[in-house]
Amino acid sequence: MNRFAELLDRLVLTPSRNGKLTLLTDYFRSVEDPDRGLALAAITGDLSIAAVKPAMLRTLVIERMDPVLFGYSYDYVGDLAETVSLVWPQAPVDIANHEPTLAEVVAKLQAASRSDGPQVLARLLDSASTSARFAIIKLVTGGLRIGVSARLAKQALADFGKVEIAEIEELWHGLTPPYLALFAWLEGKAEKPRKTALALFRPVMLSNAVGDGDLEKLDPADYAAEWKWDGIRVQAVCEGGIRRLYSRTGDDVSGAFPDLAEAMDFSGALDGELLVGDPRQATGTFSDLQQRLNRKSVSPKIQQQYPAFMRCYDALQIGDEDVRGLPFRERRGRLEAFVRTLDPSRFDLSPLVEFTNWQALEELRRKPLHPVIEGVMLKRWDSPYVAGRPKGPWFKWKRDPHTVDAVLMYAQRGHGKRSSFYSDYTFGVWSGPEGSEELVPVGKAYFGFTDEELRQIDKYVRDNTIERFGPVRSVRADRRNGLVLEVAFEGINRSTRHKSGVAMRFPRISRLRWDKPAAEADRIETLQALLDS
Amino acid sequence: MRASDLLHPRPEGLYCPPGDFFIDPVRPVNRALITHGHSDHARSGHRSVMATQQTLDIMGLRYGDSFAGTTQAAVLGETIALGGVAVSFHPAGHVLGSAQIKVAHQGTCIVASGDYKRQKDATCEPFEPLKCDVFITEATFGLPVFRHPPDTEEIARLLKSTEQFPERTHLVGAYALGKAQRVMRLLRDAGYEKPIYIHGALAKLSEYYQSQNIDLGTLEPATVETGQKSDFAGAIVVGPPSAFADRWARRFPDPMSCFASGWMRIRQRAKQGGVELPLIISDHSDWGELTATIKETGAEEIWVTHGREEALVRWCELEGIAARPLHLVGYEDEGD
Repeated sequence: MNRFAELLDRLVLTPSRNGKLTLLTDYFRSVEDPDRGLALAAITGDLSIAAVKPAMLRTLVIERMDPVLFGYSYDYVGDLAETVSLVWPQAPVDIANHEPTLAEVVAKLQAASRSDGPQVLARLLDSASTSARFAIIKLVTGGLRIGVSARLAKQALADFGKVEIAEIEELWHGLTPPYLALFAWLEGKAEKPRKTALALFRPVMLSNAVGDGDLEKLDPADYAAEWKWDGIRVQAVCEGGIRRLYSRTGDDVSGAFPDLAEAMDFSGALDGELLVGDPRQATGTFSDLQQRLNRKSVSPKIQQQYPAFMRCYDALQIGDEDVRGLPFRERRGRLEAFVRTLDPSRFDLSPLVEFTNWQALEELRRKPLHPVIEGVMLKRWDSPYVAGRPKGPWFKWKRDPHTVDAVLMYAQRGHGKRSSFYSDYTFGVWSGPEGSEELVPVGKAYFGFTDEELRQIDKYVRDNTIERFGPVRSVRADRRNGLVLEVAFEGINRSTRHKSGVAMRFPRISRLRWDKPAAEADRIETLQALLDS
Repeated sequence: MRASDLLHPRPEGLYCPPGDFFIDPVRPVNRALITHGHSDHARSGHRSVMATQQTLDIMGLRYGDSFAGTTQAAVLGETIALGGVAVSFHPAGHVLGSAQIKVAHQGTCIVASGDYKRQKDATCEPFEPLKCDVFITEATFGLPVFRHPPDTEEIARLLKSTEQFPERTHLVGAYALGKAQRVMRLLRDAGYEKPIYIHGALAKLSEYYQSQNIDLGTLEPATVETGQKSDFAGAIVVGPPSAFADRWARRFPDPMSCFASGWMRIRQRAKQGGVELPLIISDHSDWGELTATIKETGAEEIWVTHGREEALVRWCELEGIAARPLHLVGYEDEGD
């Protein structure tokens, strides 16, 4: 248990992706079965343990210590799980000398009934070390929040076993904790587990961005063009009565889209974009789609207001036939015929865009027909469907980003190589009536600049600091003083979390405007106008 | 005599009227008795200073030789009479030279413990529990959440990390007096034999520790003039925490920020400070040490100063021990 606890403690404070991968692979290497598999399940969210409510945790601890001292402690720490883990009374030595393994902890928690759950938890906490107590509490209260996605955990598995992540993703949904067969294969001790489960995820094919000079070398006649829809990439798989909707990284998202899942009464695997609206009438914007994302449950009202549908652009399997090896031209033909048999309120076909030369396509890309289109996709007519991001068969050619001139307001120190640089920037635009304008923060960006520019901004931040809060500095920014940053972004969403009411998608610094006076930076209305377009 | 007539707070610090002296005064006074060399306790500009020889040496290193009008070295365990008050210094286990000050007069005995800890520390004399009527305790970590793990475990995590991330420089933030030398000594005790690189701010004090027969092994300045940036890959560099946010840290490849402090017990503290590897190593007592020490002194009354007084006072109430906060000002809550 202590090794798992230590892993969690390190992961939560390690900002870099590579650092996290190192910690995870080292853990998989040094910890035995079944603990490492259970840890993996805890991280990917595939471990089911009866939950203990925070109120119960508080009751347990109050039975063991003075409530006033607990109150002082909780006020100071601010996090219930952490406070309880720290103040829990140390047990007598005879209980404490056996450190439980993760497997023992999980087994006891899974066997606990609703009524004896709290007592089981209390006994486990008695026997654990301080940081193990924290890990146990995190397991029972749900949500480790350690900044590791399921995708990253799978990448660590791939690194650990020196295999492609696509192989892990393809197997993943047929496996269950503690993943003994998976680890045996990754360690070279057994054959690759066979796919026995139905409706598994197929690793997706990804595109490359069109780079400078790429198109000149390509013949337009070799490529089909489609609109690039600004939704979320999904894969709908139905096999032997099992229906699953996967995200592009292989997470099962069926639960979030029950309306769409219900209409999946076919046999096959389709690739496409999840959008909201009614495909026969109107396609919703990304802001509309957001109403359906990151929700634990979806109310009937929301489902009705923002119905989910799938705009299909590829077929991976039709009936029993795996069509991934066929050229795109042929898959497209099969797809068109197949989609015609599906519920037209839930499935439609992503139309092809006719073009004769790159210049004509460029015109279309710049002025798309619909706000939810973010560019065009190019697909080679003769390309098979292959996992990963091969260079050549698929390209994305995005609409040019929006830009805004904003003023630097706060700067935060980075991590690792950037730990002595102020490298994360919060910027704002002007708001309020003329003569009493104020800056409102509209976003945060930490890339897009060169190392040399980083040094220049860092110096600017240090020379113009007006206040410091821990790793954050507030920078002089008023009508006459301030550094103007040109920020590029992909779109604007409404936000209730930000004072400005807007949130940028994918913001990055595109240029430093040392030349531009702060007073001439943009106003909030410029961004608000984009909301309604 | 009443305890509060023997010692009581004044704006300058804790004052003893019959002996006419202050303990750890924060403003210049005529006669100061000083528990240890941290700058919030040991200030320059007093007319006369009494402290252990090591504390006097440390003050000299920090402030220059003229830090006080006159100085007098107190020998641990020896009683000195000051205006009829019997004063003696006893080890506090905090940093090199640190002492508790025992003040006795007309049948009343008060121990001002300064800062202290009970964990073993090879760089200073261990804390000596003293029987007294009133015990004045610090409360830097005076909350039940503060439990310092064994320092050897923390150092083992640091060493493990240097193996996991051999391409990165491990920058260990540690206060220049005491903590830094303790970390270095712990590394040596754990078998780490490579040179330890130090920030310039640590040089004089570390040299002084070595002169007092505290072996810290080979220390080298963390400068790039003598070598390449890549020389620091996998190295351990110790410096004051403030230096790591500074341009100074840029000389190291992909530095991993580590911080040796009791505050690192709280995850959010580590996260806010951008610390990747928190090392819970403290020169102050944790909750368990504070409460055990209070009981051990047998004191009927506890005066609590600098830190989280209210929780420790509450604990004393629950134990039936009279306690009150002293509300002394000028000591750094953050000091660890």
